[in-house]
Amino acid sequence: MLKLRNWTVIGGVALTGSVLWAACSAVLSAADGARESAPDSTPAAASVQTADAKSPPSAESAHDTKNKQPKEVDFNRDIRPILSDKCFFCHGPDSKHREADLRLDQEESAYADLGGYHAIVPGKPEESEVVSRITEEDEDMRMPAIESGKKLKPEEIALIKTWIEQGAKYSDPWAYVVPQRKTPPEAHSKGWAKNWIDAYILSRLEEEGLSPSREADRVTLLRRLSFDLRGLPPSITEVDEFVHDSDPDAYEKRVDKFLASDQFGERMAIWWLDLVRYADSVGYHGDQPHRAWPYRDYVINSFNANKPFDVFTREQLAGDFDENPTQEELVATCYNRLLQTSHEGGIQLKEYRAIYFADRVRNVSQVWMGATMGCCQCHDHKYDPYTTEDFYRMGAFFADIDDEYHIVHQSEGLNSLPTPRLPEMYVYSSDEDKENMSQIDEQLASLKTRLKNERSKTLQEHGKSDSVVSSERPSDLRQVVLIDEAQPKDAKTIGDWGFTTASDGKVHDGDTSRKQETDQLVHHGYEESKKPTVVWKDDKLYCWVYLDSEKSPEALMLQLADSSGGVEHRAYWGSDVIEYGHSGKDGPGYHRVGDIPEANKWVRLEVPLSDIGMKAGETITGIFFVQYGGLVFWDATGIDRAPVSDDEFLALVALPKDELKLEQKEQIQSKIAQATGEAGDLLEQIEKLSSEADEIKQRTPRVMYTTRLKEPRTVRVLPRGNWLDESGPVVDPAIPKFLGKIETGENRATRLDLANWLVRPAAEGGVGELSARVQVNRFWQLLMGNGIARVLDDFGGQGDPPVHPELLDALSIEFFDSGWDVKHMMKLITMSATYRQASTVAAGVKEIDADNRLYSHQSRPRLPAELIRDNALKISGLLVSQIGGPSVHPYQPEGYYRHLNFPTRKYKPDLDSRQYRRGVYVHWQRQFLHPMLKAFDAPSREECTAGRPQSNTPVASLVLLNDPTFVEAARAFAQRVLVEGGETTPERMDYAMRLAVSRDPTKTEKAILEKVLDASQQHYKANPEQAKKLNAVGMKPVEKGIDPVELATWSQVTRVILNMNEVITRN
Amino acid sequence: MFDRATFTNYLNRRTFLRSTGVGLGSLALQSLLAAESRSATSAKTDPSDTVSLGLPGLPHHKPTAKRVIFLCMAGGPSHLETFDYKPVLEAHDGQAMPEEYTKGQPIAQLQGKKLICQGPMTKFKQYGQSGLTVSDFFPWQGKLADEICVIKSMVTEQINHDPAHTFMNTGTALSGRPSMGAWITYGLGSESSDLPGFVVLTSAGGRSPQPIASRQWSAGFLPSRFQGVEFNSAGDPVHYVRNPAGVPNELQRQVVDAVKQLDTNRNKTVHNPEIDTRIAAYEMAFRMQTSVPELVDVSDESQETLDMYGAKPGDGSFASNCLLARRLAERGVRFIHLYHRGWDHHGDLQKFMNICSDHTDRATWALLNDLKQRGMLEDTLLIWGGEFGRTPMAQGGKGKQSGRDHHIKGFSMWMAGGGVKGGMSYGATDELGYNAVDNVVHVRDLHATMLHVLGIEHQRLSVRHQGLDMKLTGVKEARVVHDILI
Repeated sequence: MLKLRNWTVIGGVALTGSVLWAACSAVLSAADGARESAPDSTPAAASVQTADAKSPPSAESAHDTKNKQPKEVDFNRDIRPILSDKCFFCHGPDSKHREADLRLDQEESAYADLGGYHAIVPGKPEESEVVSRITEEDEDMRMPAIESGKKLKPEEIALIKTWIEQGAKYSDPWAYVVPQRKTPPEAHSKGWAKNWIDAYILSRLEEEGLSPSREADRVTLLRRLSFDLRGLPPSITEVDEFVHDSDPDAYEKRVDKFLASDQFGERMAIWWLDLVRYADSVGYHGDQPHRAWPYRDYVINSFNANKPFDVFTREQLAGDFDENPTQEELVATCYNRLLQTSHEGGIQLKEYRAIYFADRVRNVSQVWMGATMGCCQCHDHKYDPYTTEDFYRMGAFFADIDDEYHIVHQSEGLNSLPTPRLPEMYVYSSDEDKENMSQIDEQLASLKTRLKNERSKTLQEHGKSDSVVSSERPSDLRQVVLIDEAQPKDAKTIGDWGFTTASDGKVHDGDTSRKQETDQLVHHGYEESKKPTVVWKDDKLYCWVYLDSEKSPEALMLQLADSSGGVEHRAYWGSDVIEYGHSGKDGPGYHRVGDIPEANKWVRLEVPLSDIGMKAGETITGIFFVQYGGLVFWDATGIDRAPVSDDEFLALVALPKDELKLEQKEQIQSKIAQATGEAGDLLEQIEKLSSEADEIKQRTPRVMYTTRLKEPRTVRVLPRGNWLDESGPVVDPAIPKFLGKIETGENRATRLDLANWLVRPAAEGGVGELSARVQVNRFWQLLMGNGIARVLDDFGGQGDPPVHPELLDALSIEFFDSGWDVKHMMKLITMSATYRQASTVAAGVKEIDADNRLYSHQSRPRLPAELIRDNALKISGLLVSQIGGPSVHPYQPEGYYRHLNFPTRKYKPDLDSRQYRRGVYVHWQRQFLHPMLKAFDAPSREECTAGRPQSNTPVASLVLLNDPTFVEAARAFAQRVLVEGGETTPERMDYAMRLAVSRDPTKTEKAILEKVLDASQQHYKANPEQAKKLNAVGMKPVEKGIDPVELATWSQVTRVILNMNEVITRN
Repeated sequence: MFDRATFTNYLNRRTFLRSTGVGLGSLALQSLLAAESRSATSAKTDPSDTVSLGLPGLPHHKPTAKRVIFLCMAGGPSHLETFDYKPVLEAHDGQAMPEEYTKGQPIAQLQGKKLICQGPMTKFKQYGQSGLTVSDFFPWQGKLADEICVIKSMVTEQINHDPAHTFMNTGTALSGRPSMGAWITYGLGSESSDLPGFVVLTSAGGRSPQPIASRQWSAGFLPSRFQGVEFNSAGDPVHYVRNPAGVPNELQRQVVDAVKQLDTNRNKTVHNPEIDTRIAAYEMAFRMQTSVPELVDVSDESQETLDMYGAKPGDGSFASNCLLARRLAERGVRFIHLYHRGWDHHGDLQKFMNICSDHTDRATWALLNDLKQRGMLEDTLLIWGGEFGRTPMAQGGKGKQSGRDHHIKGFSMWMAGGGVKGGMSYGATDELGYNAVDNVVHVRDLHATMLHVLGIEHQRLSVRHQGLDMKLTGVKEARVVHDILI
């Protein structure tokens, strides 16, 4: 029945909708079925005749297309998919897995003399070995070989024969043939087309005996446009204005308006963030949050500013190569850092280096090239001309990215929230901050130089050279910090440190503290430090703690280890319940300092070191933090250093330079700072400026970005992808061989070269037109429901050849020639008659073109997850419009993060206006994506997602029915209806439906809703306490003067409306 | 093409639905039957057109098990203190590990450390008629000696927890592939009309519970209805399965009915079968609102049963989850995956083995025993094991404080029921318990064997994704371990 043979549904599983649990069946293919002018509904729209609607061309009688072979067999369209799937596995590009030395993907090999016979003899199927082998009766002789599990269908065999009969003409894989713009075809019927896109669509439809659909009614059209370009429904006013606008440019004006709105960037970002696998957490193991959201805002702003796509490409891949990179360009390079990362204890650097490497190749090839290069990690591509060497050369472009700190320093306090993924940069929100910071930095630098000079002067006065002074950090001079933000590097750490951040606990200073909760005894700390701290006279140990009043400990203890390694210096607060050193009497090994400190505030514990037996000259090699019971946050810990006496100082500087220990050098510096008035002033100034800088930093977000290693990592081909095998050859960065070579002379090719190659025209050695084709196909998919080439991230042999190759080429050239103008392309497509068609399916179309590959009507996709949320919030009036900012936390089922560890964490919903922000801003936890987003098929963003599947499961129904976000939205929606929707029930019904679906309800619909209204009213009148409960779902207070029973009653009605299929569907 | 098995299956299910289709909306029933007959008569295995009752043509052969209960001891229990007794290792205790074992091998936390042999940290006994050797940490599982088949020659490919779980569940460490529960439900469908076909339950207790990502029960590129649904021990057993506050059941019913009527009404003019499906999804959702709380409410279980498991209702323990697993199995759920987090014994192995044993040993025995008593063991495949084993080398402190690092070259798992021979030990590691040397069973072989007992030929259950025919067992060779099957 299908004329459109071979448009094989690749990834059909993922792209096909679904239904129920295994038992309840029926198949869904995703779209909704609401027709915009259903006869029984009399929406405002139905009465409006669109001024510019043209009657569709008369359809030629749809002749029976069964069994019809194409007049001319096209290799790329008809034959390659068959050969690729059934033959290339053994007779294709992979040299290691080739049988009989025969390649069927290249004509030389296929035509070659194989010793008296030929695989293919053009024009002579009967002499072609291929034909006799695929039609062979004997199972053992027949191709494809039985072990392959592949079989040729009779119609495929027929096609191959016809192709050989017609001369067995080969053509290059379509994805690598540079697009050419040809004159659009002429269609018979006139008057339907709006722009040149339509000429392609119409003439093909005519060829197949199909007609395009009429233009959708204005309400549907505006809703479609609004969802597609802004991700939000139009307001009632916008609908009314458009319906009554008789201006011939009425539609175009809306297109322009929506494209110019800030919501355009938010809509487009959802699509791009899926591709580049943007998320707010690292993905592997502990799945800690990382710092990435400024990149998300960069994407939104770029689309809103209509940044040319080539610039967008260059900034993300190689923004750091600009001589003076702007903040924006550097934030863009967060792209290179978005991959999943891990600091799981015990991971091996080389293994994860290989994992990150492969991740980057997969992503860049899928996003920009529509290629599945990931396959070549272990072997040459089975279907496409990519080799293993290509894979490693491609990855070598990224070998200069400095991003391994977290693997090398696994135990350095990385289990914090967020976890640092160095390098990170500050992203200043205002030019003022940025300016101030750069001034402060400058001043600090000059002050530090002066300080240094002062010191060396003083040192010289004492006959010492400058080289004894190493540290420049002023804070070290009077205080020695033992522990603050991270575990010590050169010591043995003990216990679970429980690093936590302000978002999940209490922090005294910096980003982290250590949270300890126990019913008994718990301790953490370190010993055997390779950098011990020397104790000086009158040193005092201090430690900041915060006790929870709900769960106060019985005792706290600080224990110090000395040069002997023993841990026999103890100070404690509270009862003597801690067994360590418990001797029954007070002494340096067990010294009680005082009572348990006050709870619910930060308290500084303090004890002179001499009280616990640490004499001057002794060294501290470890410290342990002990508590019995309770919940305690431990923060900065260190030594308060008393001024050094002149005698001591002179004794120190008199020592031979070589004998000075690091600690003694610090003592010298400290003394100098105190001894010289000038330096003292400098120190004060430095401290003042530093604290100003801290203040700015406090309010300034950070983001992972790309900095370059001085020496890029050596890249070897890993045989079969095995990172333990280092026998493979070393390779330099290069593009896939069959696509040419980047000319860089003697220099190593860089990421910038790669980015430029991706967007440069073919005439200048690039693949710009090819890259353009990958993207326009996706723009088309966003607006038409499926791509012209259906597999959005695989343009290779196993992908799906374009159904309208010439249209796709023309769009590619248009995009390229427009200067990579994204808004221009979105406008071009939305202005076409093709886009504006009704989404209803005419009789007979399903039989010929079930999947609407010829675009004889629009599609009816369900809204993406984020937009389902946005839509409900918008209808209810709760939505808060604000562009950008930290990710937000909607209500989420309690305990959903309970399987996360390192550290364990508790989700805290935002209890302010952030609760009502758009879905694009929702915190993206890779391992535990918000259940609402997950239920509606948002991807975890572990890998590139070019097209989301669409399912329809009971879990999704439960979300719309019961998730507090949607219940609260229904409640706010009800309140809005009561306040704004008039006094009578019919008026209110109309208003509610107009808010939700931009049309009035039909009589039948009203009757159904009224039944709900009556029953709910009855129930809540009799049970007002239940009304109050329903009204209390969510944090939004009920407006004064609203009758709680009436509100609850109407909330039931609005819940029904928000669950309607039409509400979550873009028609 | 006429396939008797499928057809019989279809008839049986139709009878089942007619007699037990309580509360099943007639529309949903119709679509269910329509879909089923479509799949039963469809000769092609086009995934997009295949429904939840399983693929046509499946099972490929007569299954010996209908369902799987997978007891995952997350963190990686030591084979050397559970089922794999190594006297020679004992003799080498405290000596350096011979370098030929470890050279060039992937090593996790012991990288760059001195490698010392650690003898077994407990005693072993022989149990039952089979004389199977089980350690003193597992007195209850010892009683199962004649029921289980211990595979002592398991190997895997991933040495860190997160990727190792992904490998155990999906056959690869790459993200985005379906978990085995999703594969099996996709292939065979579910026998439950109001519960998901793939259910996950988790508990914790032991050393440093490692995180478990929801990726582990993902449907990957399969339709999302095959994704595992996690039942929570606290709060709502399934997310959003409870009515909103202040909405009693009859009003909720009314909302669902009204949505159905509105959608149906609209559909009269658009003839879109997908709206029917959505209506069925709402029906199912509503039924789940009753069936799920019913399932987790164990008040209809006898005190004797509760005592046998050592379960306190609602405590979220492994014991309670074992009891729920049996209830899920009874209700036709196809794949039930239990995780117990706490087996990552890098240090204090003895102490934590005792803790983990307290949490899981008796309940494991009870589950198997209970299934047997109810005649369900014969068609339920039970699998026990972690994502990997632990090194023969010591880690952390000395003596009692000692632990073991991650190990992938040889470890133990066991299978029972569903056509697997009881009282059997299969395969072996070398004398130090490092490498599996005899009858090596790769994770792929485990998958192939599991699929086999379910009536599936592993190389024939494939789905086209990104141009490749993806299989749970991947492209490398996998074998069904026939020796352990009845």
